[in-house]
Amino acid sequence: MELSRREFLKLSGAAAVMGLSTPKTGLAAEPPKSIPLHKKIGETTTICPFCGVGCGFVVASSNGSAVNVEGDPEHPINQGGACAKGGAQFQLSAHNRLRLKKVLYRAPVSTKWEEKSWGWAMTEIAKRIKNTRDNNWIEKDKDDFTVNRTEAIACTGGASLDNEECYLLSKLMRSLGVVFLEHQARI
Amino acid sequence: MTNGWNDIANSDCILVIGANCAENHPAAFGHIMTAKARGAKLISVDPRFTRTSAKADIYAPLRSGTDIAFINGMIKYVIDDIERNPSNYIMTYILEYTNAPFLINPDFKGPAELDGIFSGLNADARSYNTATWQYQLDENGVPKRDKTLKDPNCVFQLMKKHLSRYDVDKVSKITGTPKDVYLEICKTFAATGKTGKAGNILYAMGTTQHTHGTQNIRAYAILSLLLANIGVSGGGIYAMRGEHNVQGSTDMALLAHILPGYLGIVINKDVTLQDYLKRLTPTTKDPLSANWWGNYPKYVVSLLKAWYGNGATKDNDFGFGYLPKVSGNATALHSWIPLFEAMNKGTIKGLFCFGQNPAVGGPNSNLERGAMDKLEWLVVADLWETETAAFWKRPGTNPVNIKTEVFVLPAACHYEKEGTVSNSSRWVQWRYKAANPPGEAMADLEIIDELGRKIKEVYKSGGKYTDPILKMTWDNGHPASSDKVLREINGHDLTTGKLVTNFVSLKDDGTTSCGEWVYCGCYNEEGNFTKRRDLNDTPYKIGLYSKWTWCWPLNRRVVYNRASVDLNGEPWDKEHPVIWWKDGKWTGDVPDGGFPPMSVDPKATRLPFIMRNEGVARLFGMGLADGPFPEHYEPWESPVKNPMSGTQINPTCIIGASAPGQRGTSDKYPYVATTYRLVEHWQTGPMSRNLSWLCELQPDMFVEISEELAKEKGVANGGKVIVESARGQFEAIALVTKRLKPMNVDGKVIHEIGMPWHWGYSGLVTGPSANVLTPHVGDANTAIPEYKAFLCNLKKA
Repeated sequence: MELSRREFLKLSGAAAVMGLSTPKTGLAAEPPKSIPLHKKIGETTTICPFCGVGCGFVVASSNGSAVNVEGDPEHPINQGGACAKGGAQFQLSAHNRLRLKKVLYRAPVSTKWEEKSWGWAMTEIAKRIKNTRDNNWIEKDKDDFTVNRTEAIACTGGASLDNEECYLLSKLMRSLGVVFLEHQARI
Repeated sequence: MTNGWNDIANSDCILVIGANCAENHPAAFGHIMTAKARGAKLISVDPRFTRTSAKADIYAPLRSGTDIAFINGMIKYVIDDIERNPSNYIMTYILEYTNAPFLINPDFKGPAELDGIFSGLNADARSYNTATWQYQLDENGVPKRDKTLKDPNCVFQLMKKHLSRYDVDKVSKITGTPKDVYLEICKTFAATGKTGKAGNILYAMGTTQHTHGTQNIRAYAILSLLLANIGVSGGGIYAMRGEHNVQGSTDMALLAHILPGYLGIVINKDVTLQDYLKRLTPTTKDPLSANWWGNYPKYVVSLLKAWYGNGATKDNDFGFGYLPKVSGNATALHSWIPLFEAMNKGTIKGLFCFGQNPAVGGPNSNLERGAMDKLEWLVVADLWETETAAFWKRPGTNPVNIKTEVFVLPAACHYEKEGTVSNSSRWVQWRYKAANPPGEAMADLEIIDELGRKIKEVYKSGGKYTDPILKMTWDNGHPASSDKVLREINGHDLTTGKLVTNFVSLKDDGTTSCGEWVYCGCYNEEGNFTKRRDLNDTPYKIGLYSKWTWCWPLNRRVVYNRASVDLNGEPWDKEHPVIWWKDGKWTGDVPDGGFPPMSVDPKATRLPFIMRNEGVARLFGMGLADGPFPEHYEPWESPVKNPMSGTQINPTCIIGASAPGQRGTSDKYPYVATTYRLVEHWQTGPMSRNLSWLCELQPDMFVEISEELAKEKGVANGGKVIVESARGQFEAIALVTKRLKPMNVDGKVIHEIGMPWHWGYSGLVTGPSANVLTPHVGDANTAIPEYKAFLCNLKKA
């Protein structure tokens, strides 16, 4: 027998009323165990994206969509606990209407965003990088040392990325000759 | 962070200074409460009576920016007590594991003799020549020691002379801390110097964000070393980091002054790889020093092999010339403050922001936002339309005057992708993908991978110095895979193609690759250790959880742990042993180098602090930019003349080009201001001000002031005030509390005000940004901005 949560609550409420008048039935104390309270859904572990403590969380999801996020009871640091922010992680999900869904572009002096495709954006950005880098390339410094760098491109950010992302970004920017490379750790 | 979060529970005394972990690191606070239940004392030192203070056994207020005076006075108390009652301290630790007995060049002079400065200052260059800050060497080139600690040039005596000026009266005069509570703190924390006792120090941005932030931490380190608290369970120094992967992003060197694994940035004079290695690889003539950094060449060559693959050969210096070179001190030239000064000057034309929001987070926001107006292009990868993405339509500007092109790339959140993050205690933890990102949003890994491909493509037809771009290895999988990248970070034996087991196997001949040597061992042929979930806490059950995920370096949970044992390898604290020499081998945590204890095998042993070429911890730190000992200086903006010396501010701090013209003085800006954080919000706000649950809890920006100041200004709780510094102003709600009190500083009544800095003009709830007030000056060593102590004025709106 499958019951919806609403039906289950109705039934257990009725049982509780019945329980008052017929205590011997035991219905109020023991809800039927065979009724599943929720669907079997995917659960994966994650680490909180806020402070540096590194608390464990469990994300429940169904069909590629987050359903719930709560503290990981096995994680030795937080042992299932969550602070205000950690407990609000569900709202970071795709359900949040404020999440960006499309590439946005703002042209010079424009007053609005335009939606663009990834292919267009990546090609255009690569062109900007090449143009700026090559027009502002410093092969030798004022003391005539070979330095091979550009001071016209800067890159910030990284503390909210994964290690693998930081690593690739570090490698890419250095290989481009970027020396203005900074992120949250500095400030 | 030296120790793990769980290890806080083993402490006997927890000193929280420059941090408010009850609010900002709540899970850490649980372990503090466990320690308290065991009888530990909690001390909270803060300008404001915080939620941490509310649970503290002892609370002391101090004026923002005076930590050095506060801690130096504590060190003086300990030194005096060591001389009176040496049996209350572990003298073996001080004599054998620190440089207390080392003799320093007799020409060295300190602030006691030179009115606030150290010998070797070039005031115009704002830097020191450190020639006199060096050890005296014997005929074999080994530093001379006086283990009686009597030589006037030994570190212990020099430190004693330096600190003799920090008596209780002077400390109280500077900090505004009442003397009785200060002495109680000295006594309570000094009690952790006893054998078997341990105290730890927990700090965060309240400590670092000063023109002398590094020296604040140096002071904590000196105090901790004299109390034998480093390397032991329940001890250590906790740098409680504010972002979930700021540890990892630092390890991966998204910073101007380092390469991955804390390798030095390349400078112009490093013409060849050999020049670079000669400059940076430390040497030692002391047979007892492990000098671990002697392995520098292996780590650099393995990094170059990971980055340039077959393009890195012995003949081309392993592609060393592909790395950009800076012409001087990278921190002074290219870190955050000089970066935005350069943008403001128009030098920087293009900017990337990956999950960062400089328009709210940078100091002197008006300056930094204005600098963005001068960019030709900006690329923002984020989950939200941040203030930075929307800088061109911020209040007070007209978009038609701003020529910057802006590309905003929608990114995936942490559970919409997989990969690792490193917490403050160096645990590298794997996160799984649970859900799909919205719309066309993609993981940053895919964005960066695709960007790399496109850049390689446009350079195929030529351009400036194309070799590093075209030879850069960029085989991240289709789609880009974190698993594959993590293997590259871990490194390979290029002869066998297998993952290397750990960094001991790395070589400098080009036969190994490794993207980040301290991560080497996280993923080896046995599997991805960052996914481990084994709670078995063996053998000593002190909360190391050595089989839960993986921790750098080498899964060592407490660094410097060989200082936790005596010369025979027996733990100082047998109730909480970190390591223990038993039956001819180490048991417990992964020891700092597997060398046998000093008395067990005096030849094969090595001194415990293996990352220092002298093998011991430095009470005297010659590697600092601003002096080998911490000295009190006033913040860039201060209401008082430095009571300690005629040197008002740190003579080597970083001063932004714009700063001198925007320096506030106490006649116009009489109040000390500081910034802080709230549990309901995060950093610049996009990750919390876009979540309705958190916005409902904490919707508005406010300024916290004392009842006394409120009365003086005629301001009611909930009323509006205008705060103003030499750089900007805004209106906000006044929060009138008992948590801030006027302080008596050098006979003067000083009011301090506090404010959170989470608000901006984008998001579900908006409000003024505190950083419009903060100055463009930074720490002498790290250039971190001085967000935590500046001057402002306040009036009723």
